[in-house]
Amino acid sequence: MVGFNPDHGLFSYGLGALPPDWPGNYWLHWGLFVIIIIVFVLAMVMAFIYFERRGLGRLQVRLGPNRVGPFGILQPVADAIKILLKEDIVPAKGDKLVHWWAPVVAFAPALMIFAVIPFENGALLADLNIGILYIVAVSSVSVVGVFMAAWSCNNKFSLIGAMRTVAQIVSYEIPLGFSIIGVALIAGSLSMNEIVTSQNIPFILLQPLGFLIYFISACAEMNRTPFDLMEAESEIVDGYHIEYSGMKFAMFYLAEYVEALAISAIITTLFLSGWKGPLLPPFLWFLIKVVLIFFAIVWVRGTIPRIRVDQLMAFAWKCLLPLALINLFITGIEVIVLPQPLPWLIVFLNLAIMAILVLLWSKFFKLGGGRVEV
Amino acid sequence: MAIRTEPFVINVGPQHPSTHGVFRMRVTLDGEVIVDMEPVLGYLHRGIEKLAEGRTYTQNIPFTDRLDYLASMTNNLAYAMAVEKLAGIAVPERAEYLRVIMSELQRIASHLVGVGSFLNDCGAFMTPFLYMFREREKILDLFEMVCGQRLTYNYIRIGGVSYDIPEEFLPALDKFVREMPGFIDEYDQLLAENEILLARAKGVGILPKELAINTSASGPVLRASGVKWDIRKADPYSVYDRFEFDIPTGSTGDCYDRYRLRIQEMRQSVRIIKQAAEQLPQGEVLTRVPLRLRPPAGEAYGHIEGPKGELGFYLVSDNSVTPYRFHVRAPTLINLTALRDMMIGWKVADAVIIFGSIDICLGEVDR
Amino acid sequence: MTVALSGDEIGGRLEEQFPGSVVETGLNSVLVRSESLVKIATFLKTASGLEFDYLSAITSVDYNDYFEVLYQLTSIKHNHSLVVKTRCHGRENPTLPSVVSLWRGADFQEREIYDLMGIRFDGHPNLKHIFLWEGFPGHPLRKDYE
Repeated sequence: MVGFNPDHGLFSYGLGALPPDWPGNYWLHWGLFVIIIIVFVLAMVMAFIYFERRGLGRLQVRLGPNRVGPFGILQPVADAIKILLKEDIVPAKGDKLVHWWAPVVAFAPALMIFAVIPFENGALLADLNIGILYIVAVSSVSVVGVFMAAWSCNNKFSLIGAMRTVAQIVSYEIPLGFSIIGVALIAGSLSMNEIVTSQNIPFILLQPLGFLIYFISACAEMNRTPFDLMEAESEIVDGYHIEYSGMKFAMFYLAEYVEALAISAIITTLFLSGWKGPLLPPFLWFLIKVVLIFFAIVWVRGTIPRIRVDQLMAFAWKCLLPLALINLFITGIEVIVLPQPLPWLIVFLNLAIMAILVLLWSKFFKLGGGRVEV
Repeated sequence: MAIRTEPFVINVGPQHPSTHGVFRMRVTLDGEVIVDMEPVLGYLHRGIEKLAEGRTYTQNIPFTDRLDYLASMTNNLAYAMAVEKLAGIAVPERAEYLRVIMSELQRIASHLVGVGSFLNDCGAFMTPFLYMFREREKILDLFEMVCGQRLTYNYIRIGGVSYDIPEEFLPALDKFVREMPGFIDEYDQLLAENEILLARAKGVGILPKELAINTSASGPVLRASGVKWDIRKADPYSVYDRFEFDIPTGSTGDCYDRYRLRIQEMRQSVRIIKQAAEQLPQGEVLTRVPLRLRPPAGEAYGHIEGPKGELGFYLVSDNSVTPYRFHVRAPTLINLTALRDMMIGWKVADAVIIFGSIDICLGEVDR
Repeated sequence: MTVALSGDEIGGRLEEQFPGSVVETGLNSVLVRSESLVKIATFLKTASGLEFDYLSAITSVDYNDYFEVLYQLTSIKHNHSLVVKTRCHGRENPTLPSVVSLWRGADFQEREIYDLMGIRFDGHPNLKHIFLWEGFPGHPLRKDYE
């Protein structure tokens, strides 16, 4: 019974690979994975908060947190304790029920994404055959939480934030979806596990433009710079969570990082061949790739300024959407016309197409409008 | 068919991260577009003009420190010059050179904060801000060396400067002057051609040349609109006529021009410091003036090109130990006059950067 | 170098143009009657050779008997300067004409003087308190303010 079975992944071997007809197997799998996901997510979020703060510190010629524990490693713990002890303030004229539920609605979908992320071959909570569709559906629910938060505060700044949020997330969902379809076309499946197993070479090489579009739209989806318009500290003072404090604020804060983690994991799965890699154990490969993507997100955050709301819309509709459509079209043709054993031809073709398209768009596309006559 | 909308009013400030203090704008918005804006001032009003009427001329110098606390040196200089003009006090040559060095260092420090916080308003998450504070820190170290203070210097006194520079100052200054152009190049590499910054700042918040003159804008705001007017050249004070430097001007008067202009002015300031340090003569640094100075009855207006614009002090003496009237021509207050015109029609996000590009200091606006 | 124009010379020109408007002339200042302030300001702003297009500063001084308001004028085109002074009497409701229509830079400065010195400016588009709150008793920069 004991032994590694590649078809059932890491956890089949630690637990002695229970036979599928054994009673309780199904529930054991569920219970185990729920615990694993929650522990993994919380531990990684802690690590990410620390990583981001130290990393930003390095980017900004300062030290970052370095007082709590060795190298400040306990800083997220200290933050968590501090935030738990803070007073919970509810605006007097706010909608209390909505105000209470908003953080939950924002946080839960971000966590739910992990149900279909394969940490290793077969090591996932539910290998849905529509995994990627499920992700797109679930991740767009969190906008409801954000809008609820903004609405319930009875605050004009947060209302502006909410208006921006809805416009932004609805717009960026479209290029995001199209870039995923490109991957699904090549992989021939919507299941996350199968997308990884079909990646003999990482899809970032086959879908370079798709990767770019996905990365940019995902940054917009989880409101990271340069698309952090809905919180925009210097303009609308943190937008939707302006009136939140204590644990409810912590939920939003956590949700933001969980989303970042989820996006990194999705990109890893879709474009960077998930857990696959030589020498190191698969789980470690997965982790390394996730951290790399997260580093790229932090890097972008530390480097570039924010764009304006009309520019944001223009960028989604006039730049990303046409590019995504062209990319989808070309991918479709390639999948039909070119024979399967020629991936390298597609790699070079797609890289060339990406270079040409990006050049063309950067030359002819101008961001947003100017002054409005009033 | 146009959608019928209803404007609403939001208060930006007095507690808002991008108002650089306690400035308040009552902004009327139609969606995200600004249809009206009214500045509300006075949250930091301390009545310095009235307080100064009860102190002696020397005791007033610390008050000037607290006007524009990001540029205390130049405030000291403008006040000292006004008093010297009023009382007819001559300043030793070495002191004049030191004043020039200090006020140019102060100009760089002030522009660093101005540009840094402008970029912060653009949403560049603290990075340029901290880069610029790294260099500002070096300037503050230099100031600490000469007067022991890092923010309110009280260094330039009536009749000269309070202390001669210590031995280690000139080598440290030399090092700074050699390094600074490299740092400015670094900022340019990071941001000058940044696509997002160009999209955000170019063409935004245009202040036309005629309006700039008409609204008495001064300093970088005026020059960015294309007016070549710098009091250091137009009406040279101290020993500024002995140095070679250019006055950079902008072309359109948008936020990007104001940002670029400050960067270029820093380069010119480095040039001036370099020349001043080379020519620095030996000698006294302070003319002895009585502590209870009694200037002859009369009035004097001393003005300098401060980092943020024309900083002037108008003093009236009635031959007593305290000034009869002490008025500050605050450049940042007057630069705000055109703020409404620059903002109307732009978006909330632009309001913040237009305001940031003017670079005000509330200590001086409200006094 | 900004040339401070001679008050006598400009005063002579003004007296020629608007008889009875100039009260006295100083080294580089002219004291004019408040009634003819706007006329003179318009002339100084537009007359060729003068063209004071830039209003540096406005200041007010309380001399107990009267208030004196000074306009520091500069011409960016010709790089010269002049101080125009005017006076208003009466402590209850001293009033002067506003120059905002000529130099919009006067906007906040006139409001400041109204706020702190209590001089009203006729024709100012938005004469409200600027630093102190509405309903603040008295005007702090006056000499008799306690």
